[in-house]
Amino acid sequence: MHELSVASAVLDTVERHARGRRVTLVSLRVGRLRQVVPDSLRFYFEIVARDTVCEHAGLELSEIDARLSCSRCGHEWEPVFPAFRCPECASAEVVLLGGEELEVEYIEVEESHAITADEQETQCTGPR
Amino acid sequence: MHRTKVRIVEDALDANNTIARSNRDDFDRHHVTVLNLMSAPGAGKTTLLERALGEPLEGFRVGVLEGDVQGSYDADRLAALHLPVTQLNTDPGFGGECHLDANMVRSALPSLPLGEIDLLVIENVGNLVCPAEFRLGEDARAMVCAVTEGEDKPLKYPLMFRSCELVLINKLDLVPYLDVDLDRLLYSLDAVNPGVRRIPVSARTGQGVDEFRRWLLGLATRRATAGV
Repeated sequence: MHELSVASAVLDTVERHARGRRVTLVSLRVGRLRQVVPDSLRFYFEIVARDTVCEHAGLELSEIDARLSCSRCGHEWEPVFPAFRCPECASAEVVLLGGEELEVEYIEVEESHAITADEQETQCTGPR
Repeated sequence: MHRTKVRIVEDALDANNTIARSNRDDFDRHHVTVLNLMSAPGAGKTTLLERALGEPLEGFRVGVLEGDVQGSYDADRLAALHLPVTQLNTDPGFGGECHLDANMVRSALPSLPLGEIDLLVIENVGNLVCPAEFRLGEDARAMVCAVTEGEDKPLKYPLMFRSCELVLINKLDLVPYLDVDLDRLLYSLDAVNPGVRRIPVSARTGQGVDEFRRWLLGLATRRATAGV
């Protein structure tokens, strides 16, 4: 259920950046704390992408491990189960360094015309 | 036809967050403090609000935005308290959204009496997953967790439990009849959101409700003293 909401949010973001161009690939960075099930997200993305520029686009997911830092003693660690208190000094003042990402990193689109210098600034040509 | 890689690096929820900020601007303009109240279905959000909002909250005027997939059962109950209650149903969406998002709240703004209230409580759709993802433009987030849900709930839904600044542990009157270990529930909560404010309550007997009311009062005063 959660993955359907996430898939719709990803689609909205991608459509805005695709500006009408057909999208062939969407690369997503997902922190483990987002509790996203990759297969479920792919399933829903395929459904919400129907009849949009993202139809048949691949969805590439990179999962980001959770990482925490203690504000009191500076200790950094990767929690093995959701434990957010510092294991070194038991402080509750901790900073989340990673693990809550839900970020569209890049997309791959089909271009029928040469890219203008203006567009080039925000784009980099893929190796394909 | 050739393929181009377009670098984006944007949070997939940015669009929602932008609308949430617009909502927040509108709330600020009307000096309305907003609480997003969340829980699993049946944890007792509505009963707790009935208890807590039955008496006037000192000089503060309270309104409720009631989010449900379908129907106005909860809104009807709260309207009996003579509070301004607005019903927001999510069913025109994709088969009935399981949460409120910023855009749904935005669509309800014209029907909210923002000029006549100081505190708006948004009762979200009962769900421990999606509501945690979608900001609505609220000042604070609180959730209700009933003892009947078991001790491990915080460990299973860390995103939700971490996103709240207050956790109301409800149905305390049932503890003698259950196998639930309250200390273990609080320990799980502390593991996920260390030091979070929690208030044990029973919406049925009224236990702890005064403390929740004081917290609500503090929340409404927070804005008043901040001078916004």
